[in-house]
Amino acid sequence: MAFVKWLAVLPFLGILVGVPLLNRVQPLIMGMPLILAWIVLWVLLTAAIMAIIYRCDPANRDTPEPRQ
Amino acid sequence: MSAALIIIFATIAGVLCLGLLARRGKDMNLEQWTVGGRGFGTILVFVLMAGEIYTTFTFLGGSGFAYGHGAPTFYILSYGCLAYLLSYFLLPPIWRYAEKNRLISQPDFFAHKYDSPALGVLVALVGIVALIPYLVLQLKGLGIIVDAAAYGAISPTLAIWIGAAVITAYVMVSGVRGSAWTAVVKDILILAVVLFLGIYLPIHYYGGYGSMFSAIDAAKPGFLTLPAKGESIAWFDSTVLLTAFGFYMWPHSFGSLFTAKEERTFRRNAVMMPLYQLILLFVFFVGFAAILQVPGLKGAEIDLSLLRLSVQSFDPWFVGVIGAAGVLTALVPGSMILIAAATLLANNIFRIAQPHASDATVSRLAKLLVPVVAVVSVVFTLQGGTTIVALLLMGYSFVTQLFPTLVASLLPHNPVTREGAFAGICVGIATVAATTLTHTSVATMFPALPGALQDLNIGIVALILNVVALGIVSAVTRRRPAYA
Repeated sequence: MAFVKWLAVLPFLGILVGVPLLNRVQPLIMGMPLILAWIVLWVLLTAAIMAIIYRCDPANRDTPEPRQ
Repeated sequence: MSAALIIIFATIAGVLCLGLLARRGKDMNLEQWTVGGRGFGTILVFVLMAGEIYTTFTFLGGSGFAYGHGAPTFYILSYGCLAYLLSYFLLPPIWRYAEKNRLISQPDFFAHKYDSPALGVLVALVGIVALIPYLVLQLKGLGIIVDAAAYGAISPTLAIWIGAAVITAYVMVSGVRGSAWTAVVKDILILAVVLFLGIYLPIHYYGGYGSMFSAIDAAKPGFLTLPAKGESIAWFDSTVLLTAFGFYMWPHSFGSLFTAKEERTFRRNAVMMPLYQLILLFVFFVGFAAILQVPGLKGAEIDLSLLRLSVQSFDPWFVGVIGAAGVLTALVPGSMILIAAATLLANNIFRIAQPHASDATVSRLAKLLVPVVAVVSVVFTLQGGTTIVALLLMGYSFVTQLFPTLVASLLPHNPVTREGAFAGICVGIATVAATTLTHTSVATMFPALPGALQDLNIGIVALILNVVALGIVSAVTRRRPAYA
């Protein structure tokens, strides 16, 4: 789980580092400027990443994980 | 009176009636508003919780910023996403601590964590100062809507007074018991209106998104990317970070998280909320569609773009429906903000000064303060000149100054002392206040700095100074271990 939580760093990198690198209009993707399409992609990926973290997080199970 | 205005006033009357009905029947306090919502089933709860972010800011401010500033508006889509991500890790420990210690407000939380009632007062003051621009922007939005829907028959000043009177009446009538159904009606209406406008207008005027963006890019080269100076890459990153950190620092959102029944709700919402954000895309599309259709809006006028384009495109009755949706986006959050500000003043400041005041006195005072806060906000609103987005960013610069102290208090061994917390928050707030009042930016203060650093959002600069002050003062005041 500790490893999976690090996935949460990716959206920060995708938006804070990715947007400056992809600050362009062309090519239009689904009609949107590249910079906007990139942000939309990261909104979707953030939801996916949070879903993975949610699934793997023992805190969200109904019964607490048995201690070893 | 235009058909649009009739529909808008009918909506306002309807909302006031809903408020009255809510009061007659089941009493709904702030807690029941969310907890009672849980009985509605997952989808309705989701609409309720996610809908809190759809205020006038998104409706008029988001489209206006797209119209007037172009690509920098994309920051709005980015910060929400990162804020929800943070909420997964941030909100459950806050909720657990508040639950264990029976805390009910944001200042309570800080006061209890740092064992300092004075810190609670400071946090309450920061909250009130930040809430005023947030309320001002809702009033501004109401004023714009009434003004546009009246087709010039009502002056903007009168429209803002009408807006303030409506919010005050709404709060006085329904109190904190604002009907959950008003929020549901608001969200469904705003979703439908935004989706329709964001799909119909670009296709109607340009034939599609691709041709719309191509036309804008041809007419205004560079408008669809972050510029090299001003709202540049540095501005974008610093603003996204500032607002993502500040997202849950608002007194009304911080307060409402205490009402959740179990901490898992926050984690589940963190998964779903980013997707709900995508509605913002359609708000942007409306603003972009307006660029070449209703050109020439300048300065604070850019907030009018959505309504100007609507007036040009549709019959008055449909403008009325759009205006009604807009009125609700200002009314519901506006009333929450007004209540939050009045309650902070009464409960977290007055009560500290007068510890023996009875509950009845405090709640009577809170009610009396509602019109006072409203009038103060109107005075600020009438000074005008600022766009909706600029107002919200100002509020964010203030509330985000609470973030470092909060995060430190959640650590297993809090390295920050009471004095450090005070120093950090005061330095951060003083920086924001000084630069806002004197209209300075990083660029005017340090003209020698490289261009990228000059564009940093002043709020993030204040946040850095805040953390420095917090660190130094905490290190000095840390209780040293006894020698013996």
